Amino acid sequence: MTEHVEWSEPEAGAAPAGGAVTPADAADAARLVAFGLQPKLQPARDQEYADLLRRYREDPPFARLADAVATGLGLIVLEVSPRAGMAVTAAEDSVFAVRMGDYARRTSADGSDRFLHGLAHLAVAAMAFPRPEDLADDGYIGRVTVNGVDAFVRQACHRLEERAARQGENTDPASDAPGLEAAWRVWARRSATGATKDARRLAGSTTGIVAKAVAFLTDSGFLQRTGDDNGGTYRTTARYQLQVRDMAGSAALAELLELGVVPVTDGTPTLLPPEDADDLELVADAGLPFHSS
Amino acid sequence: MTVTSPASTDSAPPQLSAGPRPAPGPAADEGLARRLRALACTAPLHDLDARKANLAGEYSVYGMAEIALAAIDLVTLNMDFDTGADHDQIVSRLVLRIAAQAPHRPAAEHERVARWVLENLINVGSVDRGFRAVYGVFGADGTYVRRDYDFKLIEEVPGPGGTVYLRTTDEAVNVLVGALDTDVTSAQIAAEVKLEVLISRGRLADAQLAAEQARYRTVQYSETLRRALEATRRNVRAVDWLSTVPDMIAEALDHVADRYRHENAILTNIRKARDESEDPENKRRAAELVDIVKDCIRRHTQLQSRLLEAGPLFRAEQDRQAFATPTPTSGTDLYGHLLAPLLPLPVEQAARVTDAFFARGTGLRTPVSVRVADLVEILLTPPVEREHLGAEMPEPDLIATPDDSRFSEEQLAAAMELLDLPADAPRRLSGLLADARRRDPELPYLVALLAIHAASPPVGTAYRQGERKLLFAVDDGTELDDPEFGGADLVVGTALLDAAGMAADRTEAA
Repeated sequence: MTEHVEWSEPEAGAAPAGGAVTPADAADAARLVAFGLQPKLQPARDQEYADLLRRYREDPPFARLADAVATGLGLIVLEVSPRAGMAVTAAEDSVFAVRMGDYARRTSADGSDRFLHGLAHLAVAAMAFPRPEDLADDGYIGRVTVNGVDAFVRQACHRLEERAARQGENTDPASDAPGLEAAWRVWARRSATGATKDARRLAGSTTGIVAKAVAFLTDSGFLQRTGDDNGGTYRTTARYQLQVRDMAGSAALAELLELGVVPVTDGTPTLLPPEDADDLELVADAGLPFHSS
Repeated sequence: MTVTSPASTDSAPPQLSAGPRPAPGPAADEGLARRLRALACTAPLHDLDARKANLAGEYSVYGMAEIALAAIDLVTLNMDFDTGADHDQIVSRLVLRIAAQAPHRPAAEHERVARWVLENLINVGSVDRGFRAVYGVFGADGTYVRRDYDFKLIEEVPGPGGTVYLRTTDEAVNVLVGALDTDVTSAQIAAEVKLEVLISRGRLADAQLAAEQARYRTVQYSETLRRALEATRRNVRAVDWLSTVPDMIAEALDHVADRYRHENAILTNIRKARDESEDPENKRRAAELVDIVKDCIRRHTQLQSRLLEAGPLFRAEQDRQAFATPTPTSGTDLYGHLLAPLLPLPVEQAARVTDAFFARGTGLRTPVSVRVADLVEILLTPPVEREHLGAEMPEPDLIATPDDSRFSEEQLAAAMELLDLPADAPRRLSGLLADARRRDPELPYLVALLAIHAASPPVGTAYRQGERKLLFAVDDGTELDDPEFGGADLVVGTALLDAAGMAADRTEAA
């Protein structure tokens, strides 16, 4: 981590933050950013980190200096607070950004694998923050399990499958155009788990993909593992909430709008049961997350 | 499932009434596609028999399709409420049938066949672990399109502690039982009424079939409810807590209570049939039926305990979710705004959205810079060997228990010799004690003990074991005059038993 301090010193000198900025201030600001680059580090556990955070909040010139250091490194500052610490995330094209090709090997060869990994991340977030209020409420701690995420997506897929069947739609994709296959089918037809020779989780199964996602998010300081039940249980951290709320959610929404899909909403939660009464006899889906459309 | 969708019948009547149609339209193809898909589900079974010739060895003696159907049967019946069927258990039960098909082959081969069939039903080789059939239909605009139909017969599901269990899919159940797309509740009631009638008429062979079908329904019903409970756990707001859910739970509890009464009544009836039946074959069938119905009852009890847990869980979630102070700002509704609209999109477009989420939602990674010195060390470090055998067993620390018997083997032998009296010459205990005292000062205690035991001789045991003689002791009122012991001076003697007579008696009684 010490190399970040070295990199940032010339930058700090190039960006005079109002008045007398000493090299010692620049070193402190860079040190704070370096702390932010260790997402699993908690401010409450480290006296120096906590002191620098207090200085950031009480000393505006120092705050501007630290922001400048972060920007120069290709980082975006999400929040600086005692609970989240120096919450920074990688800007696009930053050296700190995570690329799908590095994340999972097979994704470049197979488009559907790439999609499944992305969907797993989205589903983990949706399960961790099921209601808009949960995402907005700073005190909320979400809980997810690996098997729970898989079951949740599977049921959403199952609902779509039923709807398609009710409308007499043939959802089997054309053999020569795999890209036109409906997204839910890709998840639905992938096996949920599988026995392997060495009793490890089958990496290509959907629970394997979700497990990879939560393990990765845990390394990012976004989740904390709390137990082994249901394939592994996790709780969210303040950083994850910030990341999803301020970065990922809006980016994905913008992409969706660009595709011409405009989700209509009046601010109320959409995880609601279907209104039509004939669905009530389908006991299996009485509590399903259901998007009224 | 599309194959058994209730909407499927809609397209048929116009076909019949419209008379001759100029060209096969999409409606006709809809039915054709459905049948093609149903047909495709049986293909993996036929395929087993076709491919068994390719296996190394002579396997034509085995009926692979039969084994596969039996496997689907076993998995369906062993599907538990929580998990599924255990892989090894299915194999071990399957081996019985396979062994019956070729009794002269080695057991290892039987197991190999069982595993081969099971793995092929899961289709272990493919990444989806499923099957794909290609079929062609005419679209609405008259163009001919080839489509892929993906299905599974047995799927692997995660169990507690990272284990993997097997479940049969809807397609497999349809292949197995056929036309299951009926109302679960009424179908179950129908099956049980049928069972009762059959039993009252004494037709046990049919009754067994009906009982097994009732169990399929029971399993299916638990499965349906399990999914419902799991989903309601997720978000209280997603569920109508005012009426729908309590109604559903009440209904399910009523159902369980009803079934429980019903199945207990059936159980009593079958037990009676079992005990009264003369024919050993009927007796055996009835016994099997008892097991099946007991299994049904067990499943219902399990279901009931789940239903009772649901209420407190809802209240706790309600407290957590509904009574929190509302926040002024509103976040993105991740499910409603993103996940739900995304799933129906073509995968090509959906992947753009998930890519955007992934790029911004995974956080950051600090790039690793490697020093050559470290690299050399890393590359030269031998890989850590994985423990195959687990931790070493500690040597058990055995402590020799001290021999704390009051009398030694020799003393017992001496006492028995002393008490080995001729049948026609019983002796007084006082005399025996005096004899014993001459041999060993400890011996009188043992003799006295044995004599007291003989006062209540184990006649029943001797009778059952066919003993020839038995030591007995009788108190005739004489007082014992002894320096160490007090009490009655027992008359100790040996009674001869009629071993042959007793043996005849025993066989008669049996």
